Amino acid sequence: MNIHEYQAKALLKGFGAPVAQGVPVLKIEEVEAAAKSLPGPLYVVKSQIHAGGRGKGKFKELGPDAKGGVRLAKSIDEAVAFAKEMLGNTLVTAQTGPAGKQVNRLYIEDGADIDRELYCSLLVDRSVGRVAFVVSTEGGMDIEAVAHDTPEKIHTIAIDPATGVTADDVANISKALELSGAAAEDAKSLFPILYKAFSEKDMALLEINPLIVMKNGHLRVLDAKVSFDGNALFRHDDVKALRDETEEDAKEIEASKWDLAYVALDGNIGCMVNGAGLAMATMDIIKLYGKEPANFCDVGGGAGKEKVAAAFKIITADPKVEGILVNIFGGIMKCDVIAEGVVAAVQEVGLKVPLVVRLEGTNVELGKKILNESGLAITAADDLDDAAKKIVAAIKG
Amino acid sequence: MSIIVNKDTKVLVQGLTGKTGSFHTEQALAYYGTKMVGGIHPSKGGTNWTGSKGETLPIFASVAEAKEKTGADASVIYVPPAGAADAIIEAIEAEIPFITCITEGIPVMDMVRVKAKLEKSKSRLLGPNCPGILTPEECKIGIMPGSIFRKGSVGIVSRSGTLTYEAVFQTSNEGLGQTTAVGIGGDPVKGTEFIDVLEMFLADPATTSIIMIGEIGGSAEEDAAQFLIDEAKKGRRKPMAGFIAGRTAPKGRTMGHAGAVVSGGKGDAESKIAAMEAAGIRVSPSPARLGKTLVEVLKG
Repeated sequence: MNIHEYQAKALLKGFGAPVAQGVPVLKIEEVEAAAKSLPGPLYVVKSQIHAGGRGKGKFKELGPDAKGGVRLAKSIDEAVAFAKEMLGNTLVTAQTGPAGKQVNRLYIEDGADIDRELYCSLLVDRSVGRVAFVVSTEGGMDIEAVAHDTPEKIHTIAIDPATGVTADDVANISKALELSGAAAEDAKSLFPILYKAFSEKDMALLEINPLIVMKNGHLRVLDAKVSFDGNALFRHDDVKALRDETEEDAKEIEASKWDLAYVALDGNIGCMVNGAGLAMATMDIIKLYGKEPANFCDVGGGAGKEKVAAAFKIITADPKVEGILVNIFGGIMKCDVIAEGVVAAVQEVGLKVPLVVRLEGTNVELGKKILNESGLAITAADDLDDAAKKIVAAIKG
Repeated sequence: MSIIVNKDTKVLVQGLTGKTGSFHTEQALAYYGTKMVGGIHPSKGGTNWTGSKGETLPIFASVAEAKEKTGADASVIYVPPAGAADAIIEAIEAEIPFITCITEGIPVMDMVRVKAKLEKSKSRLLGPNCPGILTPEECKIGIMPGSIFRKGSVGIVSRSGTLTYEAVFQTSNEGLGQTTAVGIGGDPVKGTEFIDVLEMFLADPATTSIIMIGEIGGSAEEDAAQFLIDEAKKGRRKPMAGFIAGRTAPKGRTMGHAGAVVSGGKGDAESKIAAMEAAGIRVSPSPARLGKTLVEVLKG
């Protein structure tokens, strides 16, 4: 689950991290008062969308020469003028895709005098099974490009969960970031704070790009991107409250209510599969036969027939879907449960597109029997190859 | 021969009294009499579990007690996500040699805690978020459907449960059969990795070929490929076929498995396929042709 920059900063501030003063605004009338509440004379007006690359992004409604989604204003009037150009308009960045995202929130922040821009992120390093700091002196840039072009400038420091961030860890991180003086002093509290926030809130990623050294020598969190481990949300009601559903796909929101793993895609063959690996492989094989999947959908292992029916309804409600492939290899999932769920959903919402079903594994005979006796227009497939060929052929007509 | 589990493996069930644990314990007992020896429930120790066909197993209050009284050398965990990490740690502290965790959806930070305990122990953990392990006609731990297996010569290792079944099904249909199939699971932080299983398959004389199934995210496939290259230099190599799921997955989106995400420019399918091919693995473009691809490799 992702949150906005202003929410991430408020969260980090709560743990004691140095962030600038700022005010989130939803309406243009709020901008002037927000700016007046800040020290000035510099104000940063920042688009709040769940995507990176905002500074270099372009607004669809504005000309190609207009400024991007993060702007530095030198007066309150300029901050208001910028906000008018941004709020409600559609920002297209390298991460939003060509459709872009509507900017519904702005964050008005106190400006800072920047001396150096650094990169600092925390994530779970799966190769060692520990939380790791990934840091670089090359902040404020696309870190993937830095990793590709100059991998020696990226340093990874993994933290032993038994000790947390030690003085040695802080020294190693500070050395990698070439910190000295006041910044090195700030580091002694900042890095343990970031680790504490990451661990206690079950984050999946905490990325500060840039972390800055100001002209006065101190550190400040200038941008913050946080995403949380969806599997741990059950123990963080405060984090769940930060969710902004306007940033998410409506089908994905509905799917998440049913605890379905669903990702909306651009193609026109809807897929319902059990198991993430098989669901990805089903997408791959559709592509191999020349078509594109409309979605990734893993109904999981322990689904009941209501959940299966809900998944089927979400897939059929997508207007792009011209055909549906149900591919089940039952282990924990029983084929008869899938069959009952599909039949229940079709009886409720109807079936307007071709449906190919491939069942194998636990209770397969029972599942096939339920489908056969339902009287529905279902094409049965023998194996995955057969299933993919049949659905692709059905769509081509 | 087989790896890790055989007809003598004695298995405890943590989470036996739940619906999933009960169902799959019945399936395991019905599969060539897998030696399921007891269940764990903190407040039901001293009672018995009864399956739908009248099967019974003793329930113990703790893993340590169950191990002492049954001589169990393995445990399988069906405990829900919030308590699963503690269940694994209980098994580690009871010094169970082989622990399999089926549970999907354990918070990653909980697994970081488990991993630290595991590294200081003698236990091997398989999973979490995995289908388990099965040696045909001997032992079934976890949720794999036993009916598709056939005793034979292929070792199968996979990050995905259902793709493990595809590989098993297809190698059975080709008449090759399996020595052991191991599902290592789809979480980013886990116990057993590809390299651990490949090492055992290379050492097992009955395993004469191997199928390895990976997916996007992380670098475990690349690490495994490097391991195979290094072992081949020592003269240890077996014919291999493989598959990588997620060629069409969009970057930055987690595809069901917590570990299946291309992030920070790392973990994409193409680099994994290239690494595996460089290690001599014939990578099938279609998940439906794993068995046929292996047959082609064996024909040379």
